[in-house]
Amino acid sequence: MDYLRPRTWQDAVALKTENPAAVPINGGTDLMVEIKFAGRRPACLLDLSHLQVLKGWRKSNGTVELGAGVTYTDVLEHLGGDLPALAIASRTVGSPQIRNRGTIAGNLATASPAGDAHPPLLATGATVRVESMRGVRDVPVGRFFTGPKQNVLEPDELIRAVLVPAARGPQQFSKVGTRNAMVIAVVSFALAFDIPSRHVGTGIGSAAPTPIEAADATAYLEQELDRGGYWEEHRDLPAGTVDGFAERVAAAARPINDVRGPAGYRVHALRVMARRTLRWAWSALETDGTHAH
Amino acid sequence: MLIELIVNGRRRTAENVRAGESLLYVLREHLGLRGSKDACEQGECGSCSVYLNGDLVCACLVSAGQADGAEVVTVEGLSDGESLHPIQQAYVSEGAVQCGFCTPGLIVATHCLLDASSDPSDEEIREALAGNLCRCTGYEKIVSAVRLAATETAAG
Ligand SMILES: Cc1cc2nc3c(=O)[nH]c(=O)nc-3n(C[C@H](O)[C@H](O)[C@H](O)COP(=O)(O)OP(=O)(O)OC[C@H]3O[C@@H](n4cnc5c(N)ncnc54)[C@H](O)[C@@H]3O)c2cc1C
Ligand code: FES
Ligand code: FES
Repeated sequence: MDYLRPRTWQDAVALKTENPAAVPINGGTDLMVEIKFAGRRPACLLDLSHLQVLKGWRKSNGTVELGAGVTYTDVLEHLGGDLPALAIASRTVGSPQIRNRGTIAGNLATASPAGDAHPPLLATGATVRVESMRGVRDVPVGRFFTGPKQNVLEPDELIRAVLVPAARGPQQFSKVGTRNAMVIAVVSFALAFDIPSRHVGTGIGSAAPTPIEAADATAYLEQELDRGGYWEEHRDLPAGTVDGFAERVAAAARPINDVRGPAGYRVHALRVMARRTLRWAWSALETDGTHAH
Repeated sequence: MLIELIVNGRRRTAENVRAGESLLYVLREHLGLRGSKDACEQGECGSCSVYLNGDLVCACLVSAGQADGAEVVTVEGLSDGESLHPIQQAYVSEGAVQCGFCTPGLIVATHCLLDASSDPSDEEIREALAGNLCRCTGYEKIVSAVRLAATETAAG
């Protein structure tokens, strides 16, 4: 197994073009397990973990740009204000040891239907910035995944950054697993209100071959909020609206039966999570205007 | 490949390391530091916990190449020669060590926790040690040991 350690991002991009079979390694929390357990034997590793330029984040024009080296610990310690759903999700990932190494970009590239970063990134309308010698392209997260463990990356491409709109309203994330820590999601759900544009975003994890949005549910909720004048005045939501939203979220799922849970359970849990996250997010709006807790 | 790294304050080199090997393998098999335990090799048990450039990580998930040039502190680096670190002493005093396989990883994770928070609540302790599995103790005595270590550290 060869090992390449580029010293600059430009070198990394050039090396990936020269060696399309080289497998990038970032936090290693997915790849090392594959090497040890799935017997994956990459001919060559391309180590991105030393590139300082990937480790930072910056906010401009209301968007937070997360370098591909940003970890769950970074997000939960520093970005809870601008990226509340992603921060809540980050907190549920693995253990401190895993969160210190695992990156958001690595989660995207692995493209597991259960990846915990995916629902918040979908709900907030994030974009994946991909680069190769041929240039840079921005892929909306909703179009990044093409199947279980599959994504749109070409062999010469690397993820450079993830662009996430900073929160302009309450956000929530909820995950069901068999215990509190160190657990792969049986099903997960993220919700994000963008108050100025009167938009609601959703993301569902582990309930379809790829992470998905619940488009019918958001359209329904936006319409109900418009009709009742709730955007102007954050009154208690009628139970019918909350249930209507939850039903549509559950209907969007196309789950499978597997060792982590039967499909029927996943749909049921999703309905409950949709109801709860909506109530939590809405009550944050009632109490303090636009910010999530 | 040749790996150079600083382990417990000393410059060390390891030769003929395969790139896909882990930092854990380098520590145990090349450098003879067998304190960090090799149990699951997939990040699930925490018995290989070490500091890598100041961060608590599972050494089994760090590739050897990634550790080149890094600063590593293992459980061996916490005690002062033959005398136990107060955290190690607390584990012994509270009976938190049974077979002992999980202990080195827990000691490093506890060290990291107490470094960040000198008087953690039980909930914080459980959260901070969630990545360290123990088959023997049932965790109660481990939580007591962490509480004792916190008091001792505060007193000392
Ligand atoms: C014990 C344990 C618990 C875990 N718990 C969770 C959990 O609760 N929730 C969850 O979602 N995940 C969990 N994971 C999985 C893993 O930690 C995450 O998916 C993490 O985000 C992977 O990031 P990484 O930087 O470690 O990726 P790596 O392992 O370095 O890479 C993963 C994949 O992405 C590719 N890649 C990495 N960076 C780039 C880039 N910049 N451009 C292109 N390709 C790239 C690699 O080639 C590889 O295929 C867990 C893993 C372990 C071992
Ligand atoms: S051996 Fe590294 S976590 Fe189990
Ligand atoms: S004491 Fe035996 S595994 Fe913890």
